[in-house]
Amino acid sequence: METLTYRDALNQALREEMDRDDRVFLMGEEVGVYQGAYKVSKGLLEAFGAQRVVDTPIAELGFAGIGVGAAMTGLRPVVEFMTWNFALLAIDQVVNSAAKMLSMSGGQITVPIVFRGPGGAALQLAAQHSQAFESWYAHIPGLKVVAPGTPADAKGLLKAAIRDNNPVIVLEGEMLYNRKGEVPDGEHLVPIGAADRKREGTDVTIVCHSKTVAPALKAAEQLAGDGISADVIDLRTLRPLDTGTLVESVVRTNRCVVVEEGWPRYGIGAQVVDDIQREAFDHLDAPILRVTGADVPMPYNKQLERSAKPNPARIVEAVRQVTYTA
Amino acid sequence: MTQPTTAAALEHSQRDFYRTCLREMLRIRRFEERAAEAYALGQVGGFCHLYIGQEAVAVGAILPLRHDDYVVCSYRDHGHALTRGIPARAVMAELFGKATGCSGGKGGSMHLFDRERHFMGGHGIVGGQIPLAAGMGFSIKYRGGDQVVLCFFGDAAANIGAFHEVLNMALLWQLPVVFICENNRYGMGTALTRSSTTQQIASRACAYDMTAAEVDGMDVLTVHAAVTAAIARARADSRPTLLDVQTYRYVGHSMSDPVAGVYRTAEEVEEQKVRDPIATLRGRLEEENLLTSDDLQAMDREVRAEVEDAVAFAESSDDPEPDALYRDVYAD
Repeated sequence: METLTYRDALNQALREEMDRDDRVFLMGEEVGVYQGAYKVSKGLLEAFGAQRVVDTPIAELGFAGIGVGAAMTGLRPVVEFMTWNFALLAIDQVVNSAAKMLSMSGGQITVPIVFRGPGGAALQLAAQHSQAFESWYAHIPGLKVVAPGTPADAKGLLKAAIRDNNPVIVLEGEMLYNRKGEVPDGEHLVPIGAADRKREGTDVTIVCHSKTVAPALKAAEQLAGDGISADVIDLRTLRPLDTGTLVESVVRTNRCVVVEEGWPRYGIGAQVVDDIQREAFDHLDAPILRVTGADVPMPYNKQLERSAKPNPARIVEAVRQVTYTA
Repeated sequence: MTQPTTAAALEHSQRDFYRTCLREMLRIRRFEERAAEAYALGQVGGFCHLYIGQEAVAVGAILPLRHDDYVVCSYRDHGHALTRGIPARAVMAELFGKATGCSGGKGGSMHLFDRERHFMGGHGIVGGQIPLAAGMGFSIKYRGGDQVVLCFFGDAAANIGAFHEVLNMALLWQLPVVFICENNRYGMGTALTRSSTTQQIASRACAYDMTAAEVDGMDVLTVHAAVTAAIARARADSRPTLLDVQTYRYVGHSMSDPVAGVYRTAEEVEEQKVRDPIATLRGRLEEENLLTSDDLQAMDREVRAEVEDAVAFAESSDDPEPDALYRDVYAD
């Protein structure tokens, strides 16, 4: 086991997959000479050359579509969006081209492409730079969506995404890039569509993904001190959702809290709750509660921003409600 | 003594080429006329955008291609698909939504595909295929190939942001793409004069230092010559070209749009028909004694028979199986 930052784990994944398959190339704003806006692509230009590490103009719709066209004709592009906020400009090519091509062509044209970059809030970046778009992409048939919360999952899921024959959305986190964790040595792949139990427990299921994995684990730690044992399930993949693992957990704990960074209405949590109520209704001892970002455009002010984000205290409070220990 | 033989052979092949152009244009026109009838009968659903009037563009542009080159176009794609060699049966069956259609009945009129023939689709969002074409060009260059991409789009697409983004990147990265603007003077019901500050679409290439030309799109031989030159530039030097190919559609934007009355006059449509691409080439061939009216009639009979056969095939084909609904959403 090697201890790596989330950033370096992603970098390793890119490096290994580009070494392994010369159809894989990276394209995006500042990925080459500048070494990546968040340094995820550090050293790749030197290692693979300008043909495979392509700096683009600021033209998200154009280069996203160029990526799709390249994927339609046999390459395996990794398109980096500097952040997912900017990818709104490219969503037509992601949704109308990448996600639909296989179906629309009657199964003839595959689009093996990865769209990746950081999503969600960082620190005081205000409304236009602090958005979690998980549910937008997870809504679309034809896309796969992953959102790793640890360096090991970041590496394993990005490698799996690059090898997948479908368009895969990889949602990273700016606040996660510096986080360190153990990453298995050698070939490390994490299957798309498999959730992961990050902590075992018996009294309540806490569902989380990406940036909310750490606060969920912190809350579980605190709850353990109070005699409440939490089963922490990291979704890791949002589409396809690993409903089996969720149901298996809730059937044992009978209670559930779903945590996400995004807005509450029509969010990932709404889908998780729907799956659980349909498949484990008789096992529930309390309504499922959700801890989400506040239903507002993100404010700049530090205190306001802090109160808009999910945190361990809010997760603990929700668990106390579903376990009737408040 | 070889000189006259070569000249005769040349003349012979020239005549065959002219006839091929005429036949392909006629084939599209008869196909489209029959598609319109089928639409009126409810056999074709959804949106259906006919190509009548514009035949010289697809035929002149696609005939010079090699089999391994790529074609990508908009939702007005029947003519391009036919010229690229997708059998009329498979195109008509797709319009009918049948399993035997070239997209398995999942795409319809707007989304004709044929991977074998490198026909990379009709695309339904105005200009959406422009970045895709550049991506295909990127792919060719990446692999060190010498194929080219023909990208067809309408005049209205020259106003979308991605058109400009892609022209810039195509030149920046020297991509082997020929951008063919089929300028039929209307984006749906909005005249180019009402949507664009300049009518010279070719002039937009100047901003990106791209080679460009205006081309008479009603003359198939002119289109053929212009696109052949652009293909050579793309193939030999990996340089993109923008062609403003000026054409005209005789029919409405789609089947729900009347031919004239709202945004253009019936007189204007009739005036344009004087430049009809099929009549123009036919006149030229007759003048040069390369075609008799018997030849033409025989040709017309053949293409009509081909189209009737395509309709019969589409009618008798099966709908996709019910379980096709969830097929091909994801690849293995």
